[in-house]
Amino acid sequence: MATTADRDAAAQGKFRVLGTRPVRHDGIEKVTGAARYGADMLLPGTLHGKVLRSPYAHARIRSIDTSKAEAMPGVRAVATSADFPIIQNREVNFAQSLQNPRLMAENDLADKKVLYKGHAVAAVVATSPHEAEEALNLIEVDYEVLPTVLGWREAMKENPVLLHDTLTERMTVSRADPGEDTGKPGNVASHLQLKLGDVEQGFSEADVIIEREYNTQTVHQGYIEPFACTAQWMPEGRLTIWTSTQGIFGVRGNVAAILDIPESMIKVVPMEIGGGFGGKGTGYLEPVAAVLSRKTGQPVKMVMSRKEVFEGTGPSSGSFIRCKIGAKNDGTFTAAQLYMVYEAGAYPGSPMAGGATSGLSAYKLEHALVDGYDVVCNKPKTAAYRAPGHPQVCFAVESCIDELAQMLDMDPMDLRIKNVAQEGDRATTGVPHAHVGLREVMEAIKAHPHYNAPLGGPNRARGVATGYRLNGGGSGSSATINVLANGTVNVTTGSMDLSGTRVAVAMQVAEVLGLSAEDVTPQVVDTDSVGWTGGSGGSRITFDTGRAAIAAAQLAIDQMRDRAALLWELEQDDVEFVDGNFVSKKNPEDRFTFRELAGRLMATGGPVTCSAMDTQGGVGGALAGNIFDVEVDPETGKVDIIRATAFLDIGQAAHPSYVEGQMQGGTLQGIGWALNEEYFFSEDGVMANSSLLDYRMPTTLDLPMIDCEIIEYANPRHPYGLRGAGEHPIIAPLPALGNAVSRAINQRVYTLPITPGSVLESINERDANGS
Amino acid sequence: MRDFEYVAPTTIDEAVRLMAESGNRAKALAGGTDVIVQLRGGRFDIDRLVDMKKIPELNEMSYSEADGLTVGAAVPCHRIYEDATVQEQYPGLVDAAFLIGGIQIQGRATLGGNLCNSSPSGDTIPALMALGGTCDIAGPNGRRSLPVEDFCTGPGRNVLQDGEILVGLNFPSPKANSGAAFLRFIPRNEMDIAIANAAASVVLDDSKENIVSARIAVGAVAPTPMMATAAADGLAGKAASEESIEAAGEAAKAVASPINDMRGTVTQRVHLVGVLTKRALRTAISRAKGE
Ligand SMILES: Cc1cc2nc3c(=O)[nH]c(=O)nc-3n(C[C@H](O)[C@H](O)[C@H](O)COP(=O)(O)OP(=O)(O)OC[C@H]3O[C@@H](n4cnc5c(N)ncnc54)[C@H](O)[C@@H]3O)c2cc1C
Repeated sequence: MATTADRDAAAQGKFRVLGTRPVRHDGIEKVTGAARYGADMLLPGTLHGKVLRSPYAHARIRSIDTSKAEAMPGVRAVATSADFPIIQNREVNFAQSLQNPRLMAENDLADKKVLYKGHAVAAVVATSPHEAEEALNLIEVDYEVLPTVLGWREAMKENPVLLHDTLTERMTVSRADPGEDTGKPGNVASHLQLKLGDVEQGFSEADVIIEREYNTQTVHQGYIEPFACTAQWMPEGRLTIWTSTQGIFGVRGNVAAILDIPESMIKVVPMEIGGGFGGKGTGYLEPVAAVLSRKTGQPVKMVMSRKEVFEGTGPSSGSFIRCKIGAKNDGTFTAAQLYMVYEAGAYPGSPMAGGATSGLSAYKLEHALVDGYDVVCNKPKTAAYRAPGHPQVCFAVESCIDELAQMLDMDPMDLRIKNVAQEGDRATTGVPHAHVGLREVMEAIKAHPHYNAPLGGPNRARGVATGYRLNGGGSGSSATINVLANGTVNVTTGSMDLSGTRVAVAMQVAEVLGLSAEDVTPQVVDTDSVGWTGGSGGSRITFDTGRAAIAAAQLAIDQMRDRAALLWELEQDDVEFVDGNFVSKKNPEDRFTFRELAGRLMATGGPVTCSAMDTQGGVGGALAGNIFDVEVDPETGKVDIIRATAFLDIGQAAHPSYVEGQMQGGTLQGIGWALNEEYFFSEDGVMANSSLLDYRMPTTLDLPMIDCEIIEYANPRHPYGLRGAGEHPIIAPLPALGNAVSRAINQRVYTLPITPGSVLESINERDANGS
Repeated sequence: MRDFEYVAPTTIDEAVRLMAESGNRAKALAGGTDVIVQLRGGRFDIDRLVDMKKIPELNEMSYSEADGLTVGAAVPCHRIYEDATVQEQYPGLVDAAFLIGGIQIQGRATLGGNLCNSSPSGDTIPALMALGGTCDIAGPNGRRSLPVEDFCTGPGRNVLQDGEILVGLNFPSPKANSGAAFLRFIPRNEMDIAIANAAASVVLDDSKENIVSARIAVGAVAPTPMMATAAADGLAGKAASEESIEAAGEAAKAVASPINDMRGTVTQRVHLVGVLTKRALRTAISRAKGE
């Protein structure tokens, strides 16, 4: 697979270790099957828990009778929401994410109402998973079935059926702002409005105005590994949880809040994670397994089935977006406006704000208005999915720009480059852009040989789009460095490795210490063994945890300079660390390699152990892009992708193979979102395609080879210039494929997924209109 | 899932007895790629699973010009498409056997299982019908045989009575200047359930310019796979031309009575029957011409 970062040692860039491709430390364990994932945990005496889930999308629970299930042989205990403490309805700040533990608890075990098909209602623990499953049939739940609010349309209509008796609309004017309660009851949880200048004025200055409506459906992250955890509640009240998660400290905080016990009583041990993509930033089973373990005094293991993963865990939002752009005849944008509705599912908290703040932000706009709505409906509560909220809005904006380019008879990349935001220009949030390589990525796309290559056949077309990920946040990471006597180093973090972050962090440590990547052993440990660390999400681990590890490595160097000074009878300032050697400034003949000095630590005062925490956060925004060539079968409507190139500004690639992995993985998930994937609901809100057979993620046979073009425009916020890679690559495939298909069939598509059936309909529509 | 009995008889008589004893509380097991998935999914509850794979007769595959091809009901797909004789004589059957699932599934899945599962979208069934296949059935009252097109009676339903098992399938040896093809339409390129599928077989005259007779079958567009008899009969005596193919494709749509579901709409399915029939006919004709 072609890539620009395919450097050999001779052509290597600025760094000794960064930018090379060492074998990842956890690679052999993973390919041989030795690595242990969530469901591999099996303690002596483990019992097995299963969840009873609601068959209705919306119902009141009148009563639950568990007596028959409890009496079944093999069954050890049953849990319902009555086993959770009654906690206050309030927002808790879980390090940068405000969440309501009461609603979190209700999502894990429904209280008075079930709000989606698949909503957990009760749980059984038995000596085998089959017994637990059979016992679920013996639990009698008396439901009062209520009308289903199946999507944003029904949720927002006049006098809608309400999901929550107490929900009122909150009005906010910035993402971080908790906002003001308008007191308006309904299914709209919040309305975010962002304003730049005066759009009316901006549109009045336009020569052309385009306004279009776009729809996207509920989609799932589709990680391979279903949720799985084991909980053991010890008699003295200490709780240990082994789980597959994106954030052990998040699990600890959530379980503590839901069960109303101190965090100090909980230890969360990470298992390897078989994919998360944001979806495993939230847990579902841990508090339930904990309660069942407390009741039985034995470890309790719970593993979801694929159907439970689809029906009972958080997908990403379906959306409706209206996009309006005004432009001069030369292509200069005069104003843009977005009206965007994101389905939150059962409880508030769609990624609408992510979309609202980023949707227009790659472009220079004096006048912009964004109205975003977070709307509840009877679907599973949404969870994060790579660049949460961005792909939906980007589909709208980048499709609209492509259509505008056709109206203006302009090259679609020229139109983008003409309007690209520069350092200092205000994003839609009002915040000026930092040093971001937006123009650089756009120009790289335009200059790429793929962009002008012949299409080579009929019914083919090329689509292009960019995807901007605004990434201001970041929560914090800790790292500890232990120097070993043989001159190697252990680096300990609390960052679950979803994407090769162990090796990427180890490489940064190696770069600081003058070691090789193989000399640095990365460890991911439990919540008792490392400082607080935010979850593995937001494209932040290589950046944030990397910064913490760099800081810890620098502390280690200072301590080792002390040791050298001691041996040479000098002060620390008299010893410098150059090219991996400790050198005396007084007598340059006096020098220790890192390994030599590491061998003397025990004789000079003991081990060197240094910890550091990075709280600066804010990996910053970055731009990605895609070019796709497609061929459409005009008789069946089937779309084949015949060539694909992905672009990403990574600042500086730590390990180019894993950057490419992120670009290719993101692109393929974007392809699935664009062409294949959607939740099909029956009218009463039952998901009809809750299996991997019918929820059609692309298979290898559906995918082209994906070429990667890594652009390295250094990030000033990182000592080595790194940016994040994990999220951005999923964004642009949605509009790029929409644009490609639209151009191939000469008829615009406004709705995802672009299935063969929908393409046939578009073709028929085109023929009916005679265009 | 509740526990159930697993038995592996080694003769047809024993299998029939074990099946008959438990009536509708017994299920036959061939490759298990449908029945085990359905059991685990809670589609039904049974007392006994009767494995067909230990019965020698059900594992046989043989060909002679006089008797045609016999495929035992427990022969997995890979044995069919890897067989040199089948490849040469029955390319349409290879198309079908190669389409089921992926490599792993093809190591287990059988034509018999696909037929007995009787899904409207069962991918091999139209091919079995177009090739003029017959079913060999054993039961408490002895043996009987009937054409494949009479086997399925509704979604998941067929003519098998309690205690009856499918022993195998038989296909007449191909006539001179004949050819067959099968294809389906799925949104993905593998691992999917057909929105529509179609199979065609044709016999050409010695000039290879005219059609003597044809069989066309389509699936996933009605409660059972259907013979498109009128469309096929209309081809007899016609030139093997694009015009005839076009007419047959249009005529085949008449047998489609599909439903709207998450996999496709009525309009889309009817349209696809036309497209797929034409494509299957083109390949079948070109195979008959030896191209
Ligand atoms: C991943 C995957 C992909 C698949 N892809 C496809 C596909 O592309 N196209 C498609 O059509 N199907 C597909 N299937 C379904 C399945 O593989 C096929 O229908 C297959 O042909 C079934 O054969 P089997 O031998 O596994 O049947 P089994 O599961 O063993 O049996 C199927 C049914 O037939 C009955 N039965 C089996 N043998 C006999 C017998 N001798 N007498 C009486 N009854 C019998 C069983 O009781 C059961 O009801 C797929 C399945 C999976 C899991």
